Amino acid sequence: MEWLYMYMPIAGVNIFWPGLVLIGFSVGVIGGFFGMGGAWMVTPGLNILGFPMAFAIGTDMAHIAGKSMISTMRHAKFGNVDYKLGFIMVLGTFIGIEVGAQLVMYLERLGRIDAVVRYVYVLFLALIAFMVFYDYAKAVKKKKAGAVEGERGTEGVTWYKTFHKLNLPPMVHFKTAGFTCSAWLPSGVSFLTGVLAGFLGIGGGLFRMPALVYLIGCPTHIAVGTDLFEVMISGLYGAFTFSLKGRIELVAVFVMLTGAAIGAQIGTVATKYAKGYGIRVAFGIAVICCMISIILKQFGFSNSSAALILTTIGLMCIYISVIMFKGAAAELREKKAAKQSSHPLS
Amino acid sequence: MRKLLRRVLCFCAGIYLCIPNLARASGEAATNLVVVADTRRVSGVLKYIADTYNTDPWLFAVWAVVITAVWGGILGFVMDFIMERSGLDLKSRKILEH
Repeated sequence: MEWLYMYMPIAGVNIFWPGLVLIGFSVGVIGGFFGMGGAWMVTPGLNILGFPMAFAIGTDMAHIAGKSMISTMRHAKFGNVDYKLGFIMVLGTFIGIEVGAQLVMYLERLGRIDAVVRYVYVLFLALIAFMVFYDYAKAVKKKKAGAVEGERGTEGVTWYKTFHKLNLPPMVHFKTAGFTCSAWLPSGVSFLTGVLAGFLGIGGGLFRMPALVYLIGCPTHIAVGTDLFEVMISGLYGAFTFSLKGRIELVAVFVMLTGAAIGAQIGTVATKYAKGYGIRVAFGIAVICCMISIILKQFGFSNSSAALILTTIGLMCIYISVIMFKGAAAELREKKAAKQSSHPLS
Repeated sequence: MRKLLRRVLCFCAGIYLCIPNLARASGEAATNLVVVADTRRVSGVLKYIADTYNTDPWLFAVWAVVITAVWGGILGFVMDFIMERSGLDLKSRKILEH
């Protein structure tokens, strides 16, 4: 069974390469659906396969850049990418990532970095999960009370409306996303999410996607597409900076990307058949599972942690694939029926 | 708004102050990490990558970004070509939140 293992010259470890393809595929599906790189799965996944944490982070960065490129190309065709918003956020993201990456290097010199990364990870995952479910509960309550707001339907949390009142020039209109706000709002949000991204070694989508929805006010589908565009650019920059620091295993990146190319199509097309809150709630569940797995690992239950994260990835992939294939089948049936009714004799 | 900003700033400051303590509590200080790629067990392109990693970090970083972008682009176009033939409408969608 030696052929199932590939030697990674930089990390100096033999890695089970089908595991890399599977991680790439799963992250492609989940990332394309939720609008993020999926590093929260890749970093622990690579760690489980045998990569040292420092290499897992850098390798992950490069992989999510390539994968997000594939997903962004698909989302752009759906009209889910607001490029103006994406470009405004790029600068803040870049500076933020560099600050975060420097912090990682500093902490690495002080002592073991793994524990710190996990503590910060857990804290922010808990915050995101709380926000998602609080928002959902509020939206359901409002809907039951009969309140319908605007063209997007009933919304739970509308913090973005407060932030949109910030009248600090320059004010910018985002046509695709459909709102006007101060350019400082997306810049500031992208800087903060960038710091977290660089520190945790992720593209930042895990934080930026909910931030785009709750703080900036994007519809969920636009947030997903725009975030992937942002993850692509920040991922490339992250890949560059981590490569300079020697924390990347390039061979693993290409193996993972091959699986991600297929997965990304499934995840991205599935967003066409899902409602915004469906995406948000599934995202919240995934975040909770990720958080529990990290806590388990911190307390020495590595096997349970690995089992939980792999189960979550598997179930999410099945859930998203079912949405995509059911939606696609229904669409093809409708098209066929429409064709037959327009040409009844054919 | 000001109240909200104050809370956000306090939260960020708290995180900033906690991180170094957590790092120090987590273990003994490490010496600077230096990783050298093992070029003895690889050949061809892999050997070139490993050699570049050892000798020229800037060139290695440029290659990492360029190759990742090119490979991602190629895979994207190939998958796009395949998906276009599925018969699905891949150019429009409805936005429904709830």
